[in-house]
Amino acid sequence: MKFALFTGCVAKGATRELMLSTMKSAEGLGIDFVEMKSAACCGAGVVSEKNPLLADALNARTIAIAEEQNLDLVTICSTCQGILKKTECHVDSDPTYKEKVNNVLEEGGHQYAGGKIKIQHFANVLGTEEGLKLLRDKVKRPLTGLKTAAFYGCYVLRPSELSLYEDPDNPTGMEEIFEILGATPVYYESRTKCCGFPIIMMNKDASHDMAGNALIDAIDSGADCVVTGCPLCHLSLDAYQPEIDKMNKKGCSIPILHLPQLVALALGYSPQELGMDKHIISTARLDKILT
Amino acid sequence: MITFKIKRYNPEKQAESYFEEFQLDGTDDLTLLDCLNQIKWTLDGSLTYRMSCRSAICGSCAVKANGHAILACQKQASHLVKDNDTITLEPLGNMKPIKDLAVDFKPFWDKVDKVSPYLQPDRKPSEKETKQSPEQFKLIDDASTCIMCGACYSDCNVLEVDDNFLGPAALAKAQRFVQDSRDGKTLARVKELSKSGGIWDCTHCGECVERCPKPAEPFDRIKEIMTVALEQGVTSNNGARHALSFTKSVKSSGSLNENIIPVESVGFFNFKGLFDLLPVGLRMFFKGKNPPILHKSIDDVEDVKRIYMELNE
Repeated sequence: MKFALFTGCVAKGATRELMLSTMKSAEGLGIDFVEMKSAACCGAGVVSEKNPLLADALNARTIAIAEEQNLDLVTICSTCQGILKKTECHVDSDPTYKEKVNNVLEEGGHQYAGGKIKIQHFANVLGTEEGLKLLRDKVKRPLTGLKTAAFYGCYVLRPSELSLYEDPDNPTGMEEIFEILGATPVYYESRTKCCGFPIIMMNKDASHDMAGNALIDAIDSGADCVVTGCPLCHLSLDAYQPEIDKMNKKGCSIPILHLPQLVALALGYSPQELGMDKHIISTARLDKILT
Repeated sequence: MITFKIKRYNPEKQAESYFEEFQLDGTDDLTLLDCLNQIKWTLDGSLTYRMSCRSAICGSCAVKANGHAILACQKQASHLVKDNDTITLEPLGNMKPIKDLAVDFKPFWDKVDKVSPYLQPDRKPSEKETKQSPEQFKLIDDASTCIMCGACYSDCNVLEVDDNFLGPAALAKAQRFVQDSRDGKTLARVKELSKSGGIWDCTHCGECVERCPKPAEPFDRIKEIMTVALEQGVTSNNGARHALSFTKSVKSSGSLNENIIPVESVGFFNFKGLFDLLPVGLRMFFKGKNPPILHKSIDDVEDVKRIYMELNE
């Protein structure tokens, strides 16, 4: 399998362990990722607050680059995934708008065609029949006994018309991956909710409350760790967990993994190779479960 | 046969709510509201819920079905059935239940009132009608379809933790006036809407769009107000500064400079805000998790800059 990899900004910045573990997962699975080094930030739904056409032009350019490579595009961030799908929808649904966007791109040598390639999150790739078979064949160290709670990230679920999950209100794609890896999925209500990250600069208390409610829900449901497909969720749930812990009477402490870390652990890589020592909340307790 | 597991609540008889199950046969062609009526008329006359038009126009019958807000008259019961042929029904979220499935809408309406949901022209209305071009009407068309059912308010992730948030319905209603060409208070409106509890407190969860039974799609309307607020120069708040800093960062390097954006978002002279960033910043630094100090541009960043120039950004 060969894909154009749209890393997103955060996997190159504050969550470099996501990039590291993605490449290890790809290596272990024999997936060929061609990094899209000239693709711009997706704008995370923030550039579009300033100028919706600008955001769509930048994202149409990104999709056009994958089209030029004739490769399906893979994201490793729920937000990037949802934002790129939104641009695809905006541009595909209005021929006049598509022409306008392509006029902006023309001088840079790119043209958005639309409908030529798929835009998928890494979790969607692994969740296909082919992906699950590949995982099944390559698992070297089943994660037996590890209770994992998925945290999907809003943008891969809503709006549901753009989601790649069959039932975005009750998705099972990540849990199916967990099972193949030998882990035990934990189903809890908050797994499809917001982590609060988008308002962390505007309404910190509400942001931390949202994250805290999700973490407590996962802990109360018996999870050993939360696994997310979105680095922004990871920052909210891991980097700010000490603040969240202080705000909650019950307190909370639970390791947060990126999905590719969990995959690569099952492929036999060590936590150090996957940057798990970089997390704010120690993942050491997971080693004990897995040994 | 469908089993309806309904949350019952009658504070005059019992302080705690509880679930009660009702079974109905022959529900193939019935909406959920038809089923509620069947239960009330044939099984338990005390079951309480709101309803009126049965045509998805009045917005009265919104309830939570299997954990998510819907209009009971707009969905076929058979489409909602989950495992064991069951549908779980609860009152809307983020509002206090009064009895069974009926909730107290007062906070919802108070927030709609807060956005001054009426035209405030800056000149005396003309004797004749004020014509709207198709382009002008398109800006307010979607928000005008809101039927105030409260489905978006019920499932809003911010309202679950912060009562101060105006919420998606009131903000969608606000957009309808912010972008109405006949209104004369655009600047005053976006200033008010940019305060705490307003547009910048929306967390992008998309629940409101998902639950909205009409094309009002509040999150998209909230973003339209944000764009107007920035155009009008209402930028002295963290949300606006964040949007400007983010957009500037992508312009200069094609990607986010995560070291700069938090600082620019809280403001260089907001010492308390900057001080609040310190713990997480230091924590990440000592774990070697801080974004690289030397921020790297993407390849061909010149093309990104050219796009910005072409769009006057």
